[in-house]
Amino acid sequence: MSLNEEVELLRSIPLFANIEPSKLKLLAFTSERLAFQEGQSLFHQGDMGDAAYLVVDGTADVVIEGPDGAKLTVAQISRNAFVGEIAILCDVPRTATITATTKLDTLRISKDLFFRLVNEFPTMAVEIMRELARRQEQSNLQLTEANRRLRELEAAGA
Amino acid sequence: MEKTIFGYVWRFSRQQQINMTLLSAASLPFLYLFYEVPKTIINEAIQGIHVQYPLNLAEKLTVSLFGVDIPLLGPFDLVVNQTPYLYILCGVFLVLVGINQGFKFVINVYKGLTGERMLRRLRFELYARVLRFPLPTFRKMSQGEIIPMITAEVEPLGGFIGDAFSLPAFQGGYLATILAFLFLQDWRMAAAAVSLYPLQLWLIPKLQRRVNLLGKERVARVRRLSDKIGETVQGVQETHANDTSNFVLMDFSNQLFWIYGVRERIYRQKFVIKFLNNSIQQLGPFAFYSIGGYFVITGDLEIGTLVAAIAAHKDLAAPWKELLAYYQMQADATIKYDQVVSQFGPAGMRGPDYQMVEPDEPGPLTGELTAANLTLNDDQEAPVVDGVSMRLPLDKRYAIVGSGGSGKDELTLLLARLLDPDNGNISLGGGDAALLPETVTGRRMAHVGAAAFVFAGTIANNLFLGLKHRPLRSAEYTGAAAKHRALYVSEARRSGNIDFDPDADWIDYAAAGVEDADALRQAGLAVLAQCGMGEEVYQFGLRGTIDPQARPDLAAAILRARAGLRQHMAADPALLVLVEGFDADAYNLNASVGENLMFGNPVGDVFDVEHLAEHPYVLDVLAQVGLTEQFLSVGYQVASTMVELFADLPPDHELFQQFSFISADDLPDIQSLLQRSDRANLAALPDEDRGRLMSLPFKIIPARHRLGLVDDDLQGKVLEARRYFAANLPDELRSAVEFFDVTEYNAAANIQDNILFGKVAYGQAQAVDRVGALISEVIMELDLHEVVAEVGLNFEVGIAGSRLSTAQRQKLALARALMKRPDILILSEPTASLDSATQAGIMAALLAEYEGRCLIWSVQRASMAAGFDEILVMRQGRLMERGSYADLSQNNECVRELLASE
Repeated sequence: MSLNEEVELLRSIPLFANIEPSKLKLLAFTSERLAFQEGQSLFHQGDMGDAAYLVVDGTADVVIEGPDGAKLTVAQISRNAFVGEIAILCDVPRTATITATTKLDTLRISKDLFFRLVNEFPTMAVEIMRELARRQEQSNLQLTEANRRLRELEAAGA
Repeated sequence: MEKTIFGYVWRFSRQQQINMTLLSAASLPFLYLFYEVPKTIINEAIQGIHVQYPLNLAEKLTVSLFGVDIPLLGPFDLVVNQTPYLYILCGVFLVLVGINQGFKFVINVYKGLTGERMLRRLRFELYARVLRFPLPTFRKMSQGEIIPMITAEVEPLGGFIGDAFSLPAFQGGYLATILAFLFLQDWRMAAAAVSLYPLQLWLIPKLQRRVNLLGKERVARVRRLSDKIGETVQGVQETHANDTSNFVLMDFSNQLFWIYGVRERIYRQKFVIKFLNNSIQQLGPFAFYSIGGYFVITGDLEIGTLVAAIAAHKDLAAPWKELLAYYQMQADATIKYDQVVSQFGPAGMRGPDYQMVEPDEPGPLTGELTAANLTLNDDQEAPVVDGVSMRLPLDKRYAIVGSGGSGKDELTLLLARLLDPDNGNISLGGGDAALLPETVTGRRMAHVGAAAFVFAGTIANNLFLGLKHRPLRSAEYTGAAAKHRALYVSEARRSGNIDFDPDADWIDYAAAGVEDADALRQAGLAVLAQCGMGEEVYQFGLRGTIDPQARPDLAAAILRARAGLRQHMAADPALLVLVEGFDADAYNLNASVGENLMFGNPVGDVFDVEHLAEHPYVLDVLAQVGLTEQFLSVGYQVASTMVELFADLPPDHELFQQFSFISADDLPDIQSLLQRSDRANLAALPDEDRGRLMSLPFKIIPARHRLGLVDDDLQGKVLEARRYFAANLPDELRSAVEFFDVTEYNAAANIQDNILFGKVAYGQAQAVDRVGALISEVIMELDLHEVVAEVGLNFEVGIAGSRLSTAQRQKLALARALMKRPDILILSEPTASLDSATQAGIMAALLAEYEGRCLIWSVQRASMAAGFDEILVMRQGRLMERGSYADLSQNNECVRELLASE
């Protein structure tokens, strides 16, 4: 896939929709195109983050490992998903492990470049906030659901 | 060393000085004749005064000595007229010119060689003394001071030494000869000519003394200057870290100012002396014209004599000047010699025998190492090691524990005989260790400190350094090489240098417990592995190169690994995508266009990748396959893309360095180039612009840059160009490129690339790591690990080991000490710069190795002493306690404090 095609792809993603094409081209050119094979991980929970990934093609599992070592798949991601940005935004270790479930094609965007773009394009920051808020909402929903089921189980057990 | 330079010269070049003086003396009669003949030519042959023609030469050339007539021509009679007589005399004059110049030539060469040999001797002596200085000397004397003393400061001494005796003898004799000639002509005139010499002899030394003092000051200041430069180089990191360049520059400028001031005064004084000399010299002719002229008028003097006298006086000026210059040079040399020699005899310097005398077979050290009342003071006379007495049987492993200033480091230096105690003594197996020469302590003992030094050269050079004490197996020489070697030896002996052969085999294999060089390399690798450096050396080996001609076995093994890697990849499709192998008939998308075209590695810089577009042959190849226009067009597109992407980035942005095809400096030029060029008619651009555009496509790596510019058509043509490039390469360029050939070892590539024989694919996650692991796997399977590591031994460590990390330098130093299998291994925090896991590994290995042998280890943390047979507790220079770790860690206050503070 050539640079111009990647630029088209980036433009179709809401996060980058408002960025001017020449910047997207720079983003594409300076980002590494990285292919993962089924079973390979983009990164592991606890690693320090140095890049975010844009999924170009394929699917992957987002897995969180609990303190007891139990593994929980919290989401499945596919084409156009943007992952790994939390670790580079907040300078915290990776919060989850992402493992390819098919052959996965990604664009790896380094931390420096990402920050540069966020600084230059406030709309991108807004998009990121929007996305984070959406994930928060989803988590809340899941939490409520989990609480409800917990209560049901407790009620059934008692 | 001799107190004065004359003493030194006389001691070491007496014979040469005498020879030169004799030669000078032998030349004087000819010199006299050289002045006599012109007089005879003018008076007798031209003017015919006092002679009757025809002249009987036999009669004239008969010298009367003690009443006996000696005919110089023998029994022959030679009667000549005036004109032939003139020619004969002119012929004699010509012969004398030859003889005099011949003498000069021989004397000068002899003098030069004598001076150079003496200079070599002096330098060698000074350098050898540096090696015998007691270590504390180097706290006061920096390398910045020592270097100019041995190099620049003694240099003029060489010139002076050649002249020391012969110049005053020769020039003095020369002067005396001319004076004698002048006095024989007319004593009044001669007296007048030299009447002012006494004034000069009185005045000049007075002035010279002041110049001498200034000279002394200048030498001292220049020495300080070089010391400063040395310090700047060593501390350059701190200068940058603290932004003190201006402060450093100020200091330097200040020093230069003072040096200038001294030089200025020297110049003034020197030229005053010169002025006086020349003025006084010119008084001679004044005497000739006035007094001599008067006598010619009165008829007391012949005009020919006056002319000859004037000529002789003119020649008088030369030796007189030489003598005065000699006087100045002598004064200068004396100062330099004094100043240098006074620096090279510090108190406590060891004698030459200490290093030079080869001991009788130094057997293993046995028995006990005993210290009695061992005391060492620092510069302020405060005790650093204070009255330490102990007996250490040589079959145990000792740990020395203590805080930083407890004197434990100094104690190890004393025990290793690197420092001399101020008081007390050390004995070894009964004998006094102070009497043991370095030839024994340096071979049977080893000491490694916390800041070990690594010398420039390869890892192997450093690793085996401790085995090189003496040339053990001389090299074989035949023919011209043998002659050269004989010359080397004779010259070394003439200058008092050692004549050891640099090409001999110096390695003491027996000391390392091996038979030959192969076994030594194996042993070296084993020791490096023990010191935790095995993997690093293996990695150096992977990135190292070999000469396949010299090591065909190695090259063949690497080719087997290449095939092995291919098999692995063929068997597993997941691996196949990681590497794009070189294939003569296929375009490699992970290699640059330039590499695809050449299909080989450049050797030297003829086909340097950066400048491929400038090479006429490459341009010719492009033209031949019709690629020129296409390259221009692709170059144009690359340039416009780069301008589009990078134009509004700040020039120092890191993306430029990482990604741009065009540097930030060149970008504006390219921008204007694009503006003024017509895309449809790029061929019309001037050569320089075309060159710029042409250079861009060579750098494209399609898989990495994804610019979409290298299409199938272009790939096909590049393949065509590849074939043309190889087929028509001129003979003289054949050595500038090493083609990729799957059946041949590529001497221009490193081992890893040779095994890979292709490019690691871009865009595959963790490709580099996975390929690296795969290569290691193949190397293991084929049992090549050791072979590769051996290549790693040839890794160049850089100046003072700067290409190694601190930890690597430390490991190498430790390995160097282990290599000679010392009877006593003394270590002072040798692993301080390593991580604790590596530290523990090395310590375990050494404790195992030295079970039942003598290991003395000053540890940086008390807890590290747990595995030792016995621990010695140091505090404030005193040995407080010794005993087992189990006991002392419970019951000794000092040890408990130390453990608690960790």
